[in-house]
Amino acid sequence: MWQEKVLFIVFAVIAIASALNILLQRSPLYSALSLIGTLLSLSALYLTVHAQFIAAVQIVVYAGAIMVLFIFVIMLLNVPKDQPQIEKQKGLRYLAIPFAGLMIAEMFYVLRPIRLTTLPIQPGNAEQAVGTTWSIGTALFTDYLLPFEVTSVLILMALVGAMVLARREGD
Amino acid sequence: MTNLLLEWVIKTIVILLILVTAVAYVTLMERKVMAWIQMRVGPNRVGLGKFRLWGLMQPLADGLKMIFKEDIIPLQANQWLYVLAPALSLIPALMTFIVIPYGSQITLFNHTIELHVTRMNVGLLYVLALTSVGVYGIVLAGWSSNNKYSLMGGLRSSAQMISYELALGLSIVSVLLYTGTLDLVEIVDAQGGFHGLAWNIFHYPLLILVFIIFYIASLAETNRTPFDLPEADSELVAGYHTEYSSMKFVMFQMAEYLNLITASSIATTLFFGGWNGPFVGRLPYLGPVYFTVKVLALIFMAMWIRYTVPRFRYDQLMRFGWKFLLPASIVNIIISSTAILFMR
Repeated sequence: MWQEKVLFIVFAVIAIASALNILLQRSPLYSALSLIGTLLSLSALYLTVHAQFIAAVQIVVYAGAIMVLFIFVIMLLNVPKDQPQIEKQKGLRYLAIPFAGLMIAEMFYVLRPIRLTTLPIQPGNAEQAVGTTWSIGTALFTDYLLPFEVTSVLILMALVGAMVLARREGD
Repeated sequence: MTNLLLEWVIKTIVILLILVTAVAYVTLMERKVMAWIQMRVGPNRVGLGKFRLWGLMQPLADGLKMIFKEDIIPLQANQWLYVLAPALSLIPALMTFIVIPYGSQITLFNHTIELHVTRMNVGLLYVLALTSVGVYGIVLAGWSSNNKYSLMGGLRSSAQMISYELALGLSIVSVLLYTGTLDLVEIVDAQGGFHGLAWNIFHYPLLILVFIIFYIASLAETNRTPFDLPEADSELVAGYHTEYSSMKFVMFQMAEYLNLITASSIATTLFFGGWNGPFVGRLPYLGPVYFTVKVLALIFMAMWIRYTVPRFRYDQLMRFGWKFLLPASIVNIIISSTAILFMR
């Protein structure tokens, strides 16, 4: 099992380092590339817990589709190298610190019970273990059918909304 | 464990060498096919000494020439990304092939060898993931060159990838509905019946439509004509790789041909029975032969299309992708799932 631990540490460090890099970079393109690095190493982390389906979907959807769209927009706008000055509202910045602290505290509170649980191992039934295509598909279309459908309608609404907003008059 | 690891390493190296050689000779094939379609002779001079060998040494000469070319990095380019981009487009192209099965199993030195590098229960998603990541090389090459033609090429490429990936993914879903697995090895094994001729495309005639959609979308994903707008030479000089020279240029070309080989292999695996064929059960060595022949036939088809069909205009490309291919593949999913429901 030590190999998995080594892999976990390596990719966790990469994930956190590139996540920090997103914030530290001034150029939006570098930030976007760092985000891709984070997503790829997260996908590797999913692999270390044998969630191959989630790992693959993570790359297909986030790294492969959404981030390409991000980079497309960044390149299309082609922000000049000398950064546009972000409005520095000092007051808001100091307000952000307690809110961020609150959010982190909340996250730890929610994740507290997970700390000691381990994923159930089902030897001899690898096809139906947690994280495979079979188990996720079955769960989505039985136990979580209503949330799944509601989410898809929500995404459709967002899509239609974006189209209505982006549409120019007389088009 | 050590034995298994050694087997993996050997298989990976062999596959890598075969792929690199195949890429070199696919370029020769491209030139020969182009010449044949345009009623020319094509490269036929480079051989060994006196023997011309129909120009079979041309790829070697080309490779040597490219190595000795000057490697230019534009002054205004973004150095890091400019160097990184060719690697980013070549590496995913090379990684894809490991999940594709090219034979059943053979016995070599009293050792049974499965003729695929590895198998994953999400093999097909792995391929899709890598093809979608492969676009970054092109996009970053376009951006980092600091050249308007390169930038246009990169932009077009990212837009094209997003548009056609949907149709590609959805057409694969139809195949999955029939096969019920994402493991490419299992998909091929399921097509072995009826003397190795129970290929998906014969077994489920509806898949012919799916194959057409898949093939068009994969042509677009591999930037082949009529979808080669990222490098449209009549308007963009050479598109995203305008500034590249020497081996960096070769890496882009290799990635492009590797993607063509991979796309053809995936099409073979999903629709044409992979390595299956007559007598393959008794003579397992025939597996790789059948596989190669099928892949070559599909590559030939891509070349045939390239020298027959003119390039799309950009808005035509987008309209075709979003308003025809995508709805068509969704309709195919609906028809396929209904058919499966009634067949049960």
